[in-house]
Amino acid sequence: MATTEAIDVVMPQMGVSVSEGTITKWLKQQGEQVEADEPLLEISTDKVDTEVPSPGSGVLSQILVEEGQTVEVGTKLAVIGGDGAGAAAPTEEEAPPEPATQAAADESMAAASEGVGDVAPSTQEQQPQQAQQQPQNGKTFVSPVVAKIASEHGVDPSQVQGTGRGGRVTKKDILNFIESGAQPAQVAPAAPAQPEAQPQAPAAPAPKAAAPPPAPSAAQPGETFEPMTAMRKGIAEHMRCSLDTSAHVTSAIEVDMSRVSAIRGKLKKEYQQSYGVNPTYLIFVARAAAETLREYPWINGEIRGDQIVTRSYVNLGFAVELQDGKGLIVPVVKNAETLNLLGMAKAVTDIAQRARYKKLLPDEVQGGTFTIMNPGGYGTFHGTPVISQPQAAILGTYAVVKRPWVVQDELGEDVIAIRPVMNLTLTYDHRLVDGALAGRFLRDLREKLENWDESAY
Amino acid sequence: MAELTYLQAISDGLRTEMRRDKRVFVIGEDVGVYGGAFKVTLGFQEEFGHWRVMDAPLAETAIVGACTGAAIMGMRPVAEMQFADFISCAWDHLVTVAAKQRYRAGTPVPITVRLPSGGGFSGGPFHSQNPESSFAHIPGLKCVCPATPEDAKGLLISAIQDPNPVLYFEHKHLYRRIKGEVPEERYTVPIGKARTHREGDDLSVITWGAMVYTATEAAEQLESDGVSVEILDLRSVMPWDKAAVLESVRKTSKALVLHEDTRTGGFGAEIAATIAEEAFEELDAPVKRIAAPDTPVPFSPPLEKAFIPQVDDVVAGLRELAEY
Repeated sequence: MATTEAIDVVMPQMGVSVSEGTITKWLKQQGEQVEADEPLLEISTDKVDTEVPSPGSGVLSQILVEEGQTVEVGTKLAVIGGDGAGAAAPTEEEAPPEPATQAAADESMAAASEGVGDVAPSTQEQQPQQAQQQPQNGKTFVSPVVAKIASEHGVDPSQVQGTGRGGRVTKKDILNFIESGAQPAQVAPAAPAQPEAQPQAPAAPAPKAAAPPPAPSAAQPGETFEPMTAMRKGIAEHMRCSLDTSAHVTSAIEVDMSRVSAIRGKLKKEYQQSYGVNPTYLIFVARAAAETLREYPWINGEIRGDQIVTRSYVNLGFAVELQDGKGLIVPVVKNAETLNLLGMAKAVTDIAQRARYKKLLPDEVQGGTFTIMNPGGYGTFHGTPVISQPQAAILGTYAVVKRPWVVQDELGEDVIAIRPVMNLTLTYDHRLVDGALAGRFLRDLREKLENWDESAY
Repeated sequence: MAELTYLQAISDGLRTEMRRDKRVFVIGEDVGVYGGAFKVTLGFQEEFGHWRVMDAPLAETAIVGACTGAAIMGMRPVAEMQFADFISCAWDHLVTVAAKQRYRAGTPVPITVRLPSGGGFSGGPFHSQNPESSFAHIPGLKCVCPATPEDAKGLLISAIQDPNPVLYFEHKHLYRRIKGEVPEERYTVPIGKARTHREGDDLSVITWGAMVYTATEAAEQLESDGVSVEILDLRSVMPWDKAAVLESVRKTSKALVLHEDTRTGGFGAEIAATIAEEAFEELDAPVKRIAAPDTPVPFSPPLEKAFIPQVDDVVAGLRELAEY
């Protein structure tokens, strides 16, 4: 048994901008032996989900933060070793683990008081309590149409005087209630705020309907609630923040991928057999984009205060879907301009795989200077993605589709050929990048893809 | 426009089509010399001759079989079952051959089978039934049940010109009791379209045939209670006007399905189920059915009255729904 000093386990700093994390799972239980660097718990932040290795060896003597709780970076999560280590059992009695949720807390409180207050908590005693929750006979039944109207108008049916059988609220009752202008329990947030002109003097400012966010009321019939994950919250916040920051504009270009397609076919076998990677269209685009970005530092740049930041390197972010499209992470390939096609293929395959298995390191989702997103696998041909802040642009790559394409034959005559065509979009921050610059960038990128130079890449 | 009885309107519709289209002929028991058991075809043999108004032996199988064959050869036969009840003899020809011929061989079977149906006159178990749900259940057959003289004429013409076998349920109780304005010219009433017989806001009654009038009397009684009842006359039970039913139920949120046929497996069950499936969120009360009990139709007048839904039964049902 280790008689070492107690080691504190704290919420790690998962990258520069992460300030808090949620404990998703304890992999060791209180009283269990744990080795240094052995995975101890799983955490979720708005950037990554990851395992936290144990900072030392010993017995996990105390867990201080339960699963599901979100705490700030640096918060003490657990203690390894120390005085309590030898005697794991007593700790449990001294400090019963905090219930994870309020509901559980209430439950255990209730259980405790019941045990103390009465010798035999009979069912008789519980019954009146249940009856109390049902206001009046029959009034609790809400018909489908009443429930629907109630949810549409944000009315609590129990506030309506019922005239139906046994005091049931009928459709007429609730419609009359609404028509009579009775104060609804809460304004339905879904209703489009009517921009009614308010010609009155601004002396008495009318209460703004849009102001308060909807309270998380009880689920209406047909609805279910699920908690937002830390990642979802992070995405939501970042997307909103990005749209509030940058002036998003999107330009699109069509690229004839015939040459890329041919080279891809040629390289496929070699890449797969020798390196276990796939030379996807995305890799070609990424390689060409990294190359083109060197000539367009502003598109690879950033606005920081009053300054425009440009770089001598390209850190390419790749949007990777997680959880069947219900999550997203953007790992970054650093110094992408130094990679050739094979290097790019290996780097992208590596980060995408580790993203899916939650093995990314926090620094691998930071420091991007430009992002590529690739929804083309689903057949989409256009999109207007949101820029990953504080970058200046994001490139969208879409489905490669065989299309009739006007080309010139050997006599210089126009003929229609079948060509694999890919649409590319550049969504850029118009505060920094103008349409002409974006157009030039896309033109050069197309040039590189259409005339792919094998020796150069 | 002339005022005609329901029965006269049927004769008028049949005569109109026979004058217009030489392929149309009538066949049935006593339809010729005698003019039909209910005198629908009275005078027809004189006008159209015995080759177009044919007396058949007492054999519904033969009548419908002959019609099916003639229809396949391009004729437009109109068969009369003396009473709807006897159509069971022709089940095989209708269900196995006529209903499926188009599907199997691509040949249309444009036959019309007139079915004097319904009770209310102590006809007993063999002369009072409303067997529409049995046939509405058979893919390939259409079933219409007019309630007014105007619809009786228009639907009969639609039935005759329809390329499918159409079962035309004419309610015997309405023959001479119901009169109404009927246009003299030829017109059609579309099969599969319901008609709002009475507009209302609080309750919907979905019904057809003679029950339209029972429902109307009941609705008038509820009017004095301040309850506004809408009556939808389905007119066709196959195809039936689902859209009209759902629209009415969405408006009132309370539905009563009423029919003279027996309850279990009656066509009202289909309608009630559809309302529950497709307008569940609009309902403010359970869908209610009023129908005859699951027994044969009794002879005895008091028993028959207890069997067929009466105005008082419908009033009680509507009140129950209104108070729910």
